[in-house]
Amino acid sequence: MIRRLARARSAVASLVVLALLALACLVGPAFTGHEPDRFYPDLRQLPAGLTAQPDDAQLKPALNRIAFRMRARVAAFARDGDRLNLTLAADQPIDRRSLVYLPRSDLFGAPSVVAEEEGGRRLVLDVPIRHLRLLLGTDVHGRDLLTRSLVAGRVSLAVGLTATLVALLIGVGYGAVAGYAGGAVDAAMMRALDALYALPFVFFVILLLVFFRASLGLMLLAIAAVEWLDMARIVRAQTLSLRERDFVRAARALGLSAGGIVLRHIVPNTLGPVAVAATLLVPRVILLESFLSFLGLGVQEPQTSWGVLIAEGARAIEAAPHMLAAPAAFLIATLVSLNLLGDGLADALDPRTA
Amino acid sequence: MIGLILRRLGQGVPTLLAVVALSFFLMRLAPGGPFDLERPLSPAAMENLRKVYGLDRPLIAQFGSYLAALARGDLGPSFSFRDMSVAGLIARGLPVSATLGVLALIVACIFGIGLGCIAALRRDGWIDRAIGLGAALTLSLPSFVVAPLLQIAFGLTLRWLPLSGWEEGDPRHLILPVLTLALPQIGALARMTRASLGEVLRTQPVRTMRAFGLPPVLVTRHALRGALLPVVAYLGPLAAALLTGSVVVETIFGLPGIGRYFVEGAVNRDYTLVMGVVLLVAVLVIVLNLAADLACAWLDPRLRAGS
Repeated sequence: MIRRLARARSAVASLVVLALLALACLVGPAFTGHEPDRFYPDLRQLPAGLTAQPDDAQLKPALNRIAFRMRARVAAFARDGDRLNLTLAADQPIDRRSLVYLPRSDLFGAPSVVAEEEGGRRLVLDVPIRHLRLLLGTDVHGRDLLTRSLVAGRVSLAVGLTATLVALLIGVGYGAVAGYAGGAVDAAMMRALDALYALPFVFFVILLLVFFRASLGLMLLAIAAVEWLDMARIVRAQTLSLRERDFVRAARALGLSAGGIVLRHIVPNTLGPVAVAATLLVPRVILLESFLSFLGLGVQEPQTSWGVLIAEGARAIEAAPHMLAAPAAFLIATLVSLNLLGDGLADALDPRTA
Repeated sequence: MIGLILRRLGQGVPTLLAVVALSFFLMRLAPGGPFDLERPLSPAAMENLRKVYGLDRPLIAQFGSYLAALARGDLGPSFSFRDMSVAGLIARGLPVSATLGVLALIVACIFGIGLGCIAALRRDGWIDRAIGLGAALTLSLPSFVVAPLLQIAFGLTLRWLPLSGWEEGDPRHLILPVLTLALPQIGALARMTRASLGEVLRTQPVRTMRAFGLPPVLVTRHALRGALLPVVAYLGPLAAALLTGSVVVETIFGLPGIGRYFVEGAVNRDYTLVMGVVLLVAVLVIVLNLAADLACAWLDPRLRAGS
């Protein structure tokens, strides 16, 4: 009894985590304050942190870069809270129009000129500092990783749910028909299933995606085509035992058609084990999707998914390990929760542990 | 028994034909070809190349001659590796992949079954919970996340092991790939062993043995024989999973195995190389499934009588 409660607790906790993750992915990007594909060229590969950017370490190189673009040098600068007292120097008078480089860098607001010295070759500026919070850091192009991970999560979760749904429909249909028909039809359909099991499917999926250009729809189709086999087996086994039950016989005696019996009486009664299998299928599908995206065969730019982000992180692992950590944490949290939820459901439905 | 083996191998033939046909037509119906280089060839050179490799003939005729060559055991020349036959490439890559796969299988079995036994014997204890959680975690850790993490830890930070690559006869290059490949399977095997051993331990014969005061080690040994059945039956799918996993692991760690030849072959439109690898994988999966079934029959007298 206590054990069952404990198992249920982990399942409930997983459900809460999943709900929070899904909610964060759905509405989160609107609240992070960054567009998913907004570049901050001066804040590339920024590690995760709570401090507002630019911090003092970022300030000097960023100012040097901007001054270079303005054909000037940073003569002196002093930070005063949200404002910056900046002195620029150059051999030629500084073109005032080039001051737009400051706000353009996303780090600063529009500057105001405090003083002009040496005939315009020295400018003293008062520059407001913008505050950017990049909780999980930025990627190689200076995009906010939190926003990108959440947006990627939308794609990964959507792919996981859609492909599972398609696999579910095919598998339940195939299994129920085979199980209810029985006899030679069942034998033939199961023989076909056995033959399909022996196919190196993942290799075919890779081939399909390499040779025809990879796209989201094609990948969904390919994943669903691979993953319905287990579902068909489970449903068939259930159907075989349901077929001989009294309520099915009664339905048959009342003259209900075979299709009606399968839809009204067989399929609803298989839903328990199917729900367990489906819950455990979602993480497998998400894993396969990220695997394909990692190989560059799944989701394509400008769209992104956790697999794509992990691939980017793996490439930059020496310089910026946080780029792998952020999307990997999201992916693993999702997979662990789904697996625990599936286990909890299986336990709850298992009459032996009741 | 021999009849069973022959019948099963006979069933494999249509599957293999389907594999060949599916991969052949899938690749040929796709746009692009093996000679689409970055700098396009002159039309005349392209024409000549296509003629030499027989690509100018109708698709059905090409398929027929591929099958005819296959029946003689000839996998054809590689399109992208100059002067190499596909059989030669596979002969070069297979030992690497096989070493990787067999080692991963051994590691997964030792740790997976071992941890599963411990969990089943200490059911509901903290060790059981820890193993259960660890198994759920390894099952959720994708190999393409594990591999870079291992590379950072052992390759970059500790500098104990090489990051990637392959030198003939240096086993240190195999440690990280084997670990990456085996990790999720350790979790899967541990869960399976825990579930089935736990069930067997609750049966009457085991209770009787315990009641007679047999030492726990002996009880476990008797129980394990029955409990290993589902685990042995899983070895077929497990081998298939290792073969698939080797694609990623070989790519990340730069091992010259068949998985990498497959990826490179697919990217370069090397039709014959890809077909050769897919066919090899299909044969391996069929043979290993059969081997797992035979092992099951050997362990379980009920199945032997049935066949």
